[in-house]
Amino acid sequence: MKDYEMVIGLEVHTELSTKTKIFCSCTTEFGGEPNTHCCPICTGMPGVLPKLNKKVVEYGIAVGLATNCSITPYGKFDRKNYFYPDLPKAYQISQLYLPICRDGFIEIEGKDFKKKIGIHEIHMEEDAGKLIHDPIFDTTRADYNRCGVPLLEIVSEPDFRSADEVIAYLETLKAILQYLGVSDCKMQEGSLRADVNLSVRPKGQTEFGTRTEMKNLNSFRSIARAIAAEKKRQIEVLESGEKVVQETRRWDDDAGYSYAMRSKEDAQDYRYFPEPDLAPVEISEEWKAEIRATLPMLPKERRNKYIEEFGLSDYDAGLITGIKALADYFDDVNAIVNDPKEVANWLLGSFMRVAKEGEDDSFRILLDPDKLAKIIAMIKTNKINRNTGKDVFFAVWKDNLDPEVYVEEHDLAMVGDDDLVKDTVAKILAENPKTVEQYKGGKTKVLGFLVGQCMKELKGKADPGTINAMLRESLK
Amino acid sequence: MIITDEIIEYVSSLARLDLNAEEKIKIKGEIEKIIDYMDILNTLDTADVEPMSHVLPAVNVFREDEVVPSYPRDEILKNAPDSDEGAFRVPKTVE
Repeated sequence: MKDYEMVIGLEVHTELSTKTKIFCSCTTEFGGEPNTHCCPICTGMPGVLPKLNKKVVEYGIAVGLATNCSITPYGKFDRKNYFYPDLPKAYQISQLYLPICRDGFIEIEGKDFKKKIGIHEIHMEEDAGKLIHDPIFDTTRADYNRCGVPLLEIVSEPDFRSADEVIAYLETLKAILQYLGVSDCKMQEGSLRADVNLSVRPKGQTEFGTRTEMKNLNSFRSIARAIAAEKKRQIEVLESGEKVVQETRRWDDDAGYSYAMRSKEDAQDYRYFPEPDLAPVEISEEWKAEIRATLPMLPKERRNKYIEEFGLSDYDAGLITGIKALADYFDDVNAIVNDPKEVANWLLGSFMRVAKEGEDDSFRILLDPDKLAKIIAMIKTNKINRNTGKDVFFAVWKDNLDPEVYVEEHDLAMVGDDDLVKDTVAKILAENPKTVEQYKGGKTKVLGFLVGQCMKELKGKADPGTINAMLRESLK
Repeated sequence: MIITDEIIEYVSSLARLDLNAEEKIKIKGEIEKIIDYMDILNTLDTADVEPMSHVLPAVNVFREDEVVPSYPRDEILKNAPDSDEGAFRVPKTVE
């Protein structure tokens, strides 16, 4: 079999977190009873006039600037015509000819790659409604609450060569969007969606192979699985002497395979034309500068700050600043304990494990920052030892309990009584003459056993380092 | 440009129009006339003319991002030929 290379481009749709829809003043709130967030504009009644939400343009400019794009000084909207009941107008208002942003890039990195992924363009458009199949009547019910929610479609260049690169890009893009505060990026609620355009070609070949477009990818995990499966499928098609058909495929994550979609494909002629109901959008240098001035610190800058100011490693700083909520939490805890490395160790260890638990890609923080700060402070002041600190963390995390109260109630504080510790060490030494002999005979490894016995005797409420030192001293 | 029967078939199917034989002949003639007119326009030299993207001299017609209560659902569904459980009901559509 030949050696194949994958070529992938991504179309990412992100729902913007504006209060209102893109062309009318209905709320964008997620959920709600069907068709209760609707008006004549978003349900496509004849004779209505859409009016553009200014915030959508501002968010578009912000995302463009943050992804190194050039901002189109004179843009407009176009109609994309198709018959499908998720859009009651029979067209989607989108941007084809003059999208708001063009020619940008995002830098990504992973274990064995560091590269720039080109952004071909970013355009503004309206989301479609939701269709629910009714098996009893064998009909379809249309809910237009989501219809008209503003979207940015971020189209990459075909620059990806592996699933890891795709995931790294999505994580970076998600972090940028969250730092900018333009989208909550919840994949499970559909506010961040990615379509994967994928083709394969024999290694060394410069022309692209025929690509397919994969839809319905609802998590990073399903994206990685769909990429692996589609690569395999296309290679098998080519190896059997067939040709890959250019088509849209729908991924079924439960079944772990994709199938070709029909419907829209029969007539994929969208007959775009300029949207006559909306005025063009002019973005002046002044407006751009105004928005640039309001841009928050972005992940890359914050990462550099963490390296330079806090002395964190590049890798650790990258992990923490890769999730805005985590970086904010880091700042809050560090503001109290002022020990960045210690805070980083907590966040990247126990904390990350419990915060990332769960099926989806969501990140949950259940413990207030001042409470983690209290645990760290108790360890630093030798009130509890490090192991107890971890136990306390796992115990208080879920219900956001006060760790000081928890330590009190469960009697976990270290024994302050030095005499008790001394007596315990003496007792353990007396009880284990053989081990003592082995130690004195040069088998210093057995010290660990003695430390363990002492800790057990003291119910873990002592500092293993102190005990270690005391034992050494006594065994001299 | 010659408008073939295939073009008429294609355009009417895109527009979801079900035309009978007589209508097809009539529309074919009309489309030919429109395309011929485009041919006349094409003889003009437009090398120095900015393409017009909008007929109105207005730009940046915006709304502020402020929520206005949506319509009562009954009002929204009044125009639906069929509805069920608060939703528009349409023929089975499966992606």
